[in-house]
Amino acid sequence: MNTTQPIPTDRIVFEETIPGGAMWSCVLNRHRTLRLTDIEGGVNVSALLYNHDQLLDRLNLPDTLKAQHTAKLAPGYVLYSDMGRVLCSVSADTCGWHDPLGGHSTAALVQSKYGASTYQNERNAFHRNARDQFLIELGKWGLGKADLVANINFFSKVVVDESGKMHFHPGNSVAGDYIDLRGEMNVLVVLNTCQHPMDPDPKYNPKPLGLTVWKSEPPAADDLCRTFRSENERGFILTEALFR
Amino acid sequence: MSTLIYTESQLQPEHAVYDCTLPSGEGWMHEIKTGQTFRIVDLEGNQAVDTLFYNAHDQTDRYSAQDTIREQGSIYLTTGTKLISSEGNVLLTIVADTCGRHDTLGGACAAESNQVRYAIEKKHMHNCRDTFLLTIAKSSYGYTKRDITHNINFFMNVPVTPDGGLTFEDGVSDKGRYVEMQAERDVICLISNCPQLNNPCNAYNPTPVRLLIWD
Repeated sequence: MNTTQPIPTDRIVFEETIPGGAMWSCVLNRHRTLRLTDIEGGVNVSALLYNHDQLLDRLNLPDTLKAQHTAKLAPGYVLYSDMGRVLCSVSADTCGWHDPLGGHSTAALVQSKYGASTYQNERNAFHRNARDQFLIELGKWGLGKADLVANINFFSKVVVDESGKMHFHPGNSVAGDYIDLRGEMNVLVVLNTCQHPMDPDPKYNPKPLGLTVWKSEPPAADDLCRTFRSENERGFILTEALFR
Repeated sequence: MSTLIYTESQLQPEHAVYDCTLPSGEGWMHEIKTGQTFRIVDLEGNQAVDTLFYNAHDQTDRYSAQDTIREQGSIYLTTGTKLISSEGNVLLTIVADTCGRHDTLGGACAAESNQVRYAIEKKHMHNCRDTFLLTIAKSSYGYTKRDITHNINFFMNVPVTPDGGLTFEDGVSDKGRYVEMQAERDVICLISNCPQLNNPCNAYNPTPVRLLIWD
């Protein structure tokens, strides 16, 4: 099931495009929505989320998966913190599968796949990896290695077969696909556009990403994500208790 | 479900240098030295043993579920699995397994996630995260909540379906089944022997496990 939603242009807070291999972070205030747009097709976005008001309250993928009995993210699903709260809701999504299993690339992995690459030799075309990009961007918020937990890979698809084997599916996302993340609290979003660690492309070829934030509406009583399953109704109760 | 492979160990409990029984609902934190072998025995069957490992010389170099499953290309842990750290180091290797499959996607239970999963009123039931927090607070290692991350659930069966579903299935373990791993470097092991009463996986009956270490 894929869903779309129009962005009211008079409510846009900002728009930005970042290149492949780049890092980025922002505080997504409560009830604003961040749209990630795959500009060329085939982008991967490795991402982490934290409660900006209380940084120890952070994305917990095991809790996200088991509460919603899922090994993928799609419209209606929410991203849970380790305190049982909803950080962000997937309020719209044209892609239909985002990967919570594959983790992120490292310097060693990028070198083994694409060869050695240094700033000294290649200036700003040097190869980036997700772990280094996370550590840099987390450092700007006073966070570090201990805060680098299991991440999501937006726009990527990893399927698990009957025997438990993991398979990366190229072509999951095409140019123009987007996912909307509605902040259900004030959320620190930390992301980068490095290639998925299981991407079989033999070339270092990370893709650009479009970012749009707008002032969206709070989730209504019949909101897709709130009513998606009874677990999510309770997750919203626990989250909204923070703001009473 | 694919066929499970069972691998037995030749090690005898009477030769172990460490041997204890850990009741459900309790925590355990212990160093395992390079080359030592560590065994967890599911004494009564289908008990969940929530487990984390850390490089004993660098607590930020810790077990990483995502790196472990991606590097072996499979979500289940069993004999041959290398337990990989966030820095890409092999912490331990599973060398024997008479259960055949262990989960590392489901994470630990917590007061707050129990509220989401089961009912708002379930907040005050005992849970693994509380055990982890108490165990590290009482230890001398200086760990905090930031160090409590995405764990292994030994003896749990949490299959993923090809369409992306995740289910908690009946256990594949049984009385006396065990998993054994060899430390590839000095590690600290942190365990919560799961007290979950809401999950049919353990027949709503958390039970003790036995922990052994050989030189």
